[in-house]
Amino acid sequence: MDEGSPSVAIVGIGIHPFGRHPGVSGRTQGAFAARQALTDAGIGWNDVQCAFGGSVAAGGADTLVSDLGLTGLPFVNVHNGCGTGGSALAMAERAIRSGDHDVAMAIGFDKHPPGAFNADPEASGLGRWYGETGLMLTTQFFAMKIQRYMHEFGISPASLAKVAAKAYRNGAGNPHAWRRQPLSEAEIAAAPMISHPLTKYMFCSPGEGAVALVLARADQARRYPARPVYLKAVSFRTRQFGSFEVFSPWLAPDRGAGPTTEAARATFESAGLGPADVDVIQLQDTESGAEIMHMAETGFCKDGEQEMLILSGATEIGGTMPVNTDGGCLANGEPIGASGLRQVYENVQQLRGAAGQRQVPGQPRVAFTHVYGAPGISCCTVLTT
Amino acid sequence: MTVAGPAAVPVAEGLFSWPDEPRLIGGRCAACGTTTFPSQLSCPRCTGTDVRAVPLATTGRLWTWTVQAFEPKPPYLADGPFEPYGVGYVELATQDRSGAVLVESRLTEADPGRLEIGATMTLTFVPVCRDAAGRQVVTFAFAPEQTRPQ
Repeated sequence: MDEGSPSVAIVGIGIHPFGRHPGVSGRTQGAFAARQALTDAGIGWNDVQCAFGGSVAAGGADTLVSDLGLTGLPFVNVHNGCGTGGSALAMAERAIRSGDHDVAMAIGFDKHPPGAFNADPEASGLGRWYGETGLMLTTQFFAMKIQRYMHEFGISPASLAKVAAKAYRNGAGNPHAWRRQPLSEAEIAAAPMISHPLTKYMFCSPGEGAVALVLARADQARRYPARPVYLKAVSFRTRQFGSFEVFSPWLAPDRGAGPTTEAARATFESAGLGPADVDVIQLQDTESGAEIMHMAETGFCKDGEQEMLILSGATEIGGTMPVNTDGGCLANGEPIGASGLRQVYENVQQLRGAAGQRQVPGQPRVAFTHVYGAPGISCCTVLTT
Repeated sequence: MTVAGPAAVPVAEGLFSWPDEPRLIGGRCAACGTTTFPSQLSCPRCTGTDVRAVPLATTGRLWTWTVQAFEPKPPYLADGPFEPYGVGYVELATQDRSGAVLVESRLTEADPGRLEIGATMTLTFVPVCRDAAGRQVVTFAFAPEQTRPQ
C-alpha cells in the first residue's frame, strides 16, 4: 500500500457467547454479534459500507442482511476453512486501506455438531482411502506434531497439562467462554488419552459462537465512542513445500517453515514491530501442544525455551508474555468461522483496558493474534493503541 | 493381523503393488528429484509434470507417531467393534535409494510403550473391511521390528 493510504482502526466489537446453544442458529448468533458491534461503535447498520464474513458450517454470512437490514451494501462471503475469520478481517482492512470505504464489518460465526470434525477427503484433494483408513483426523496431526517436537526439543508432558490448566483458569474469568471451570494439571493429565500424548482436556472441541468487528479509517476513529485500537497489520499465508501440515499423506524429509512462521514474519514486518514489542498474545491452541509450538513459530521464543517459560509463569496473565488471556480455543471451543476474530476481540478488550479480571496489567499497548488451521493456513494480526 | 492373497483387494488403486511383491508406490519428479506418496500428476516443489512411479523401500524409521483412541466418523470404514490403532510417519527411501519420503501410515502397534521415534518399521498390510462382494479390503501399515524375547 502507498504511504498515503489510510490506516485502519477497530471501533466496534461484538461477541455471541461461545459454547453450545441448542435451538439458536449460527446465523442468529452472527446477527447478535453484529448488533452488539454496531452498538459498541455507536452506529447503525445503515452506516456500514461493506462487509466480509463467513461460517464453515452455519450458512452464508451475506444472508444476515435480511436480519440486519436490506441496505444494499456489498457483502462478500468468505469460505476459507480455519482462515475464514482472518480472511474476512484482511479483506475488510483492505477495503478501507484502499480508500474505497470508510466503515466496514468483518464477521464470523459457526455451529458445529459435537465430536471431532469429519473432513471430506475428496474436498481436500485427497483420495477417499485417506479417510476410509482412518488417517484424516486433525487430532492425529496435532498429536504427531507435538510428539516429534517433544522428542526434538525436550518439552515435557507436564507442560502440556500446564498449558491446558492455564486455559481453563483464564476461561473462568471470561464471561463469554464455554468452559469456565478450572481444572487441575493432575485432572488434565489423568483424563482419557485422545491421541497420545494428548488427553481429552488438552484438546479444544468444535463449538458455536460469533464475533463481529467494525473497522473504520484511523483518521476518523475519534468519532466513535470507544477508545480506538489500530489494526497495524494483518497477513495471511498458505503452506510452502517442506512444512508439516494437517492432512498430509506424506512429508518431505527436510522441514521448511510453515504458514505460521511466514504469516507472523510478514505481519511483524508490515507493522514495523517485533515480538519483543508485544504485551499480549493470542495463539491458536487447538490443543496444548499447538500453543507451545506456535510460541516459537511466531517468533516469541526459540524452540525448546517454552519449557522454562511455562514453568516460570511467563505466559500467565501476569507474566512477561501473556498467552491466550481469554482461555483460547481450549476454553472457548472452536466455532471455526468465529475463532480467529475471537482472538482479535480479546485483544481489543485488553488494549482498551476493559478485560476485567483477566486484564493484563501495565496498560498493554501492542497485541498479537495467530490462527492456524487446515489445510495449512495461518493468519496473524498486530493491534496497537 | 497380516493379510495376503489374491482374494484380498487394495483399498485404492495406485497406493501399492498387489498381490505380488507388494510395495508402496511413490512418485518421483524427474526435474528436481522430489518424492511424493502417493504419486501425483505434478511436482508440488518445482511444479514439473514429468513424474514417474517409483517403488518405495519396505523398511524405514519411525519419524513420529500417535494412537487413535476413538472411532473416526465417516468415511472411515471398519468391521466389528472399534479397536484403537497406531498412526505414524515412516521415513522411507525409494527402492533405488535415490530419494526419500515420510509416509503417513497405520501402525500395527497401538501400545505407546512399544512405539519409539527412530525405531525400524516394516511394511505389512491390514484389513479395513469387507466390500459388497465379501472380499477383504486391505490397506498398508507398518509394524515395529519384532522385539527379541528376554
